Amino acid sequence: MKPITSPVRISRRNPQDAPHSPTGEIRSGGTGADSPTVRRGMTRRALLGSMGAVGASAAAATAALDLFGSKGAAASTPPATSSTPASSSTNPLHQWAMVLDLRNCDGCKACTAACQQRHELNPEQEWIKVYSMETAGGQPYHMPRPCMMCEDPPCMYVCPVGATFRTDEGLVLVDQDHCIGCRTCMAACPYQARYFNWTTPKDVAKVPGMPRSPMFPTPQVKDTVGKCVWCADRLPHGELPACVAACPMGVIYIGDLTVDAATDGLGNVVKLSDFIRNNDAIRFQESEGTNPRVWYIPGHGQDLSNDTTA
Amino acid sequence: MEQLHSIENVPPLPKVRRAAIRPILKPGRAFWPVVALLTAIVAWGIMAWTVQVRQGLGSAGYNDHAFWAIYIADVITFIGVSYGGAVVSAILRLTGAHWRAPLTRIAEATAVVTVIIGASFIIPHLGRPERVLELIWRPNLSSPIFWDFVAVSTYAFASIVFFFLPLMPDLAVSNPAMEEAGLTRRARLFKLLSFRWNGNQRQHRRLNGAIGLVAIMIIPLAVSVHSVLSWAFSLTSRPWWHESIWAPYFVVAALYSGIALVILVVALFRKVYGLEPFISERHFVRLGFILVPFGAAYLYLTLADFLPGSYVGEHGIAAVFSAVITGRYALWFWIFVFGGCIIPIVIMALPWTRRLGFIVGAAALVDGSLWLKRIIMVVAPANYERVNGLFGAYHFTWISISVTLAGVAAIPLLLLLLFRVVPILPVTEMEEIAAIEAGIISAHAPVSGGVGKTIAPELVAPGVTAIDTTANLDMHTEGI
Repeated sequence: MKPITSPVRISRRNPQDAPHSPTGEIRSGGTGADSPTVRRGMTRRALLGSMGAVGASAAAATAALDLFGSKGAAASTPPATSSTPASSSTNPLHQWAMVLDLRNCDGCKACTAACQQRHELNPEQEWIKVYSMETAGGQPYHMPRPCMMCEDPPCMYVCPVGATFRTDEGLVLVDQDHCIGCRTCMAACPYQARYFNWTTPKDVAKVPGMPRSPMFPTPQVKDTVGKCVWCADRLPHGELPACVAACPMGVIYIGDLTVDAATDGLGNVVKLSDFIRNNDAIRFQESEGTNPRVWYIPGHGQDLSNDTTA
Repeated sequence: MEQLHSIENVPPLPKVRRAAIRPILKPGRAFWPVVALLTAIVAWGIMAWTVQVRQGLGSAGYNDHAFWAIYIADVITFIGVSYGGAVVSAILRLTGAHWRAPLTRIAEATAVVTVIIGASFIIPHLGRPERVLELIWRPNLSSPIFWDFVAVSTYAFASIVFFFLPLMPDLAVSNPAMEEAGLTRRARLFKLLSFRWNGNQRQHRRLNGAIGLVAIMIIPLAVSVHSVLSWAFSLTSRPWWHESIWAPYFVVAALYSGIALVILVVALFRKVYGLEPFISERHFVRLGFILVPFGAAYLYLTLADFLPGSYVGEHGIAAVFSAVITGRYALWFWIFVFGGCIIPIVIMALPWTRRLGFIVGAAALVDGSLWLKRIIMVVAPANYERVNGLFGAYHFTWISISVTLAGVAAIPLLLLLLFRVVPILPVTEMEEIAAIEAGIISAHAPVSGGVGKTIAPELVAPGVTAIDTTANLDMHTEGI
């Protein structure tokens, strides 16, 4: 299969072909029309824009939508607990990204276990879930599914109280102190990446000095929604997320689009844009238009860019 | 005692007035036991809900592959049936259908009661109901849920206004009877809420204009409510939810189930409060006839929905549709198709089943089956796991069933209590229509309900068999 957008998008995103400069993806949510990103194809925003051109009233409606979007974003500004150094800057230090090299995944689920241990989750709460899949030709393969940290996260758009928000560094997080438990985000997520606390969460011995925050949402809160956070509390300190560190096969790479580098838990460091381009990496269910920050390197002829083939 | 005229020159109908306030003056022997029983069912449901709050939503059968289920289906069902009351009243008013008169109060009250119950089901649906006011404090205006909240609140308010406006003159004319019976608190309430109604032409014109306006407004308002409710689903990319047909689906289903509920509620109160002199079997036949096109339309929308998705076979939608049509949900789906659409239509189509008992049975089938249909529409796509294409499962628990039954019991309970306070028949409207039909006043004069003034009596009278609602009343029908 052809890599549809990823390598192209990276170069397009930085017209001066400067992979070491910030990507300009500086949106904390909503449908902010100020994004300098040049996109291929029709995005939600472009669609709304072209609809707006149809008539003055429609244009007004679109403007209103944008207004609403930024309002929603204002309501979902990262809380003060955020320790991301550049979270309030217009020039964030990082744009986090992930690459999963499916060629090496043997489905051992060490990532899931490490995540559940770190966040004290119940067994059914597999924030990074390893799916056993089959290619069209019947070949089995394994596919870990973390949160895709979409650039256009449907979960965030549908949250009625702005409890889901997107940081300047591209992390989609949940403020469980404001989640009303309506679960519309679970309906909206195309990747089944959200897990609700249907019963009382595990009794957790609190770590001193680490209160629950959207970046380290442990312990979980009953009757609210939780999901993978890419260990957002670790990233600013240069530490690896639990799943990355735990993977014995070096499948999961955590990277930064800003510095254009990524690393796995085995110490391999790659140039992110080359790694994505040279390995024909693709994004899962690209057709959803969510622009995930997770790339998969297939290797078994699987087609992940469309809806499920199972 | 001299009877107050509800409107200048319109003679009172004492029988109607007596019947309208009989439940207020002296409820039957069974009244309090029935109220106690219904209250017990509601209380049990609330108790079950407190258990759910303690244990978490999982105790209502929810899980990550059934994140939406029974309560959101209840919300849709209850708010949906509310539309029937509004529409029977609003559309029949606007078209000047005289036969509507004895039904409007019950229909409008049903609309108010069910929309309140439906909105209340948001509470058990939410994991954190204590935070529900965040919808006001920190709303995200790009969320369909926020607009659900706005639309439902607006519609609930409008349906209360729509219920209240025609009630004002009735309270005025019923007030003396309250005083006579020594019900001073009700008399005071009636006096307060009737806003010094004395029935003069000016008041009448104003009220009339207001009712006409609200009757017009409530129709698009209700369309918008059910559309916005559907968009909570179709604004996600989930297979089967993400479809443009969902908004009309919801609107037609709301009308269909709502008219069915009006039939059930009218039948119930006709029987328990002895309203047979005013509400005849013919009323039910007419309501049943209104049911048919909506049932047929809903069946048609179902076909229009399923055929393209099944035929083309996109992965997600094909998996969900085959589960619904032939798979794990098929039994429930086909119960809906036959019980909810085909059998009710057949009952109305055949002359020998077009009778009260059958029509009430058809209405019950419609409401039950459409609840089932909503469950399928909510649960099947939620069950579908979008990464590997497998299905999860949802199971009812005693908690979710108890809470739902509490909502069902709350409909008659709230209506029984409401008609202890307000007249069950729209006295003014019935008197006015009787006077028009008797030629005492002209239909060109303002008629409560708006467009009556444009309809000449000679055009209305021959086709309108509403005479049977008034023919056995004590006056003013000979002239027809």
